[in-house]
Amino acid sequence: MRNLWRWIVAGLVLRLSKKREVHREVDLPADPGAETWTAALLFAAALAGLAFVAIYAFDDADTQLLGLSIAAALALIAAALILAAVRVVPQETLEEERPRFADPYRDEENREDAVEGAALSFREGTDGVTRRRLLGAAGAAAGVGLGAAALAPLASLGPAVGDRLAASPWKAGVHLVDENDLPVKASDLEVGSFLTAFAKGADKGELATPLVVVRVKPEELELPAERADWAPEGILAFSKICTHAQCAISLFRYPLFAERSPGPALVCPCHYSTFDVLDGGERIFGPAVRPLPQLPLRIEAGELVAAGPLSGAVGASWSRVREEG
Amino acid sequence: MTTRRVFRFLDSRTGGGSVLGKALRYVFPDHWTFLFGEIAMYTFLILVATGTYLALFYEPSTAQVVYHGAYAPLRGQEMSTAYASAVDLSFEVQAGLLIRQVHHWAADVFLAAITVHLMRIFFTGAFRKPRDVNYYVGLTMLVLAVVEGYVGYSLLDDLLSGMGLAIGNAVALSVPVIGGQLGSLIWGGRFPGAPNFFGRLFFVHVFVLPILIATLMAVHLVLIATPRHTQFRGRGRGERNVLGTPMWPAYALRSLGLFFATTAVLFALGGLVQINPIWQWGPYEPWLGTNGAQPDWYLGWLIGALRLMPSFDVVIGNYTLVPNPFWGGVAFPGLIFGFLYLWPTIERRWTGDRRAHNLLDRPRDNPTRTAVGAAVFSLVATVFFAGAADRAFVQFGVPYEDQLWGYRALTVLAPIVVFFLTRALARRLRESGAHPARDSGARLVERPGAISRPTSGRS
Ligand code: FES
Repeated sequence: MRNLWRWIVAGLVLRLSKKREVHREVDLPADPGAETWTAALLFAAALAGLAFVAIYAFDDADTQLLGLSIAAALALIAAALILAAVRVVPQETLEEERPRFADPYRDEENREDAVEGAALSFREGTDGVTRRRLLGAAGAAAGVGLGAAALAPLASLGPAVGDRLAASPWKAGVHLVDENDLPVKASDLEVGSFLTAFAKGADKGELATPLVVVRVKPEELELPAERADWAPEGILAFSKICTHAQCAISLFRYPLFAERSPGPALVCPCHYSTFDVLDGGERIFGPAVRPLPQLPLRIEAGELVAAGPLSGAVGASWSRVREEG
Repeated sequence: MTTRRVFRFLDSRTGGGSVLGKALRYVFPDHWTFLFGEIAMYTFLILVATGTYLALFYEPSTAQVVYHGAYAPLRGQEMSTAYASAVDLSFEVQAGLLIRQVHHWAADVFLAAITVHLMRIFFTGAFRKPRDVNYYVGLTMLVLAVVEGYVGYSLLDDLLSGMGLAIGNAVALSVPVIGGQLGSLIWGGRFPGAPNFFGRLFFVHVFVLPILIATLMAVHLVLIATPRHTQFRGRGRGERNVLGTPMWPAYALRSLGLFFATTAVLFALGGLVQINPIWQWGPYEPWLGTNGAQPDWYLGWLIGALRLMPSFDVVIGNYTLVPNPFWGGVAFPGLIFGFLYLWPTIERRWTGDRRAHNLLDRPRDNPTRTAVGAAVFSLVATVFFAGAADRAFVQFGVPYEDQLWGYRALTVLAPIVVFFLTRALARRLRESGAHPARDSGARLVERPGAISRPTSGRS
């Protein structure tokens, strides 16, 4: 028994030492069939990855289908790689010396040799492969498919835009309330004063909810004809959210000496966009481009009520901001 | 004796002995400008340490609570759990305010150190081959650090951070074509965002970005050590050697000293100089705003760009291709960082110099590069100061609108003027051999017939 063991060990040693003599034993495969299969597997993986994206895009993406499709993509890639490893690329046996944990001698020449050697090793790795183009294309396709599948779930972060960015609680008949949900009365405002109001029953944290309400002398108004009745008793309401970058408009500049100063205006503190109050929120200074959306008002039993929706989109601009209203 | 035993133990198991031996003898050329990078690295360590402490108390939730804490003026007010936890951390956790302020100061110093370090690299030509790859790594860390800082102070959900997020959301929305979707993805809907938005922000701040920065920092260090440090010209110094203090013992002790000095300064600042008193700003709501709001300094150039930008959108029909915040919020920083990323390539193409360089230039040695760098810097500085024009209005009464036009003119003029001035100055200095910060050029002795070569500034 012990003898047998010795023989085995001796045989192994012999076999190992034999290998040492041969630096590199290569067995070139040249198996075009295997290459075709590898490519086919990779293309199939690409399809499976795209299938994942397609399933994901459906509203009620089925978990089983999602799991199956991505697993299929990965498994197909795995199969392709294994097949390529055993049938497509050269099968070689190579011996390497263990590092001796010492500083390897390096000079410029050696380094050049190293680069050459690395490039050569890399090229030799595909010796005997005939359909490089096909395999390359298949690999790229699989990469695209799997990459798409990997990135698609990012879309889960947020909802599709839809009409979310245009949502607004304001329509005819909605009452204006203050921070404590008490109705805002026309008599709460003097000429030159301003206050913040919200849509009754709406979430105050919603971007379109808060308004800035100001009062000017009715005879000063220069509203366009179609807004002639939007400001009863000289009271105007605008979205409080700046159309530049969504800061809250917190300054109302009302001139005490009308002859010498610019007219009443709302000023945003972030980048000083300034909106003319008298002509319905047109921008007169600063980086904002769109006017401040105005809310048509009417007065019912002394309380302020919306007479219609806001005149434009609330908040910062984005690609479709001008399509609404 | 013991040392040797320990080293042998480790070496026989890891083969690290030679590496360690080399590390101990690693040579650092001495120059005071080399300290900025080290300060940045040490500040990062302090950020990680203080941030870990803060994360034990902070709650990333927008759930509304009524405040009943120690700070009387806020009592009874509705606020988010995030803000309440930050206020509690400041008033009710022993040493909480100290650590929070150290963290905030460290962030400001971190960005400052990286910026000055970047300028050192740029103006001395240290970004040239073989260090160009490492220069890109460093630039990327700077970008990440700016984002990390912004996300960090956004987490507190006080009035200022909310206003910053509102603007950030508008900048996201302003990206052509995909902006609406991008903003909705990041915020989980329309601004101010879904309830889980703060959870995401928190995770990005304490995990994703710090790990990216730490990884890049490791790569950065390896890529510094592999070709060894750069050095200025000087006696005995050439392209093929490096002359300086070895790591052990002198440099290690010196550097450790710098670490403790940095920490000391940051803790002194955190303890003595108030920064971001969030209880004064109050909680954020989309309808609340305050006048004179200023971001942290490293975002000052972006608010300046947003403010300087004249009012226009690119609109086709009723399709808004480029909303205004894009110019100041994306295009301008994109341009500056684009320049920085491309500069090594530009310089290589333009000079045809593809060699590796281990010796540093003094700024005057390459007047054109220095002038280009100074011009770009003057542009950024102009825009930065434009962001503080409202402050100048309040302090000195200079009308805001006039200032704005002045700054717009300056963004065009300053870079041009600075370019030619700097180039002329650098040329003069190079010729005279004088050192601007020292007494005179009398030191340089020109031998008749010898070509005057720039010599080291060190004597
Ligand atoms: S957010 Fe109002 S001016 Fe920029």
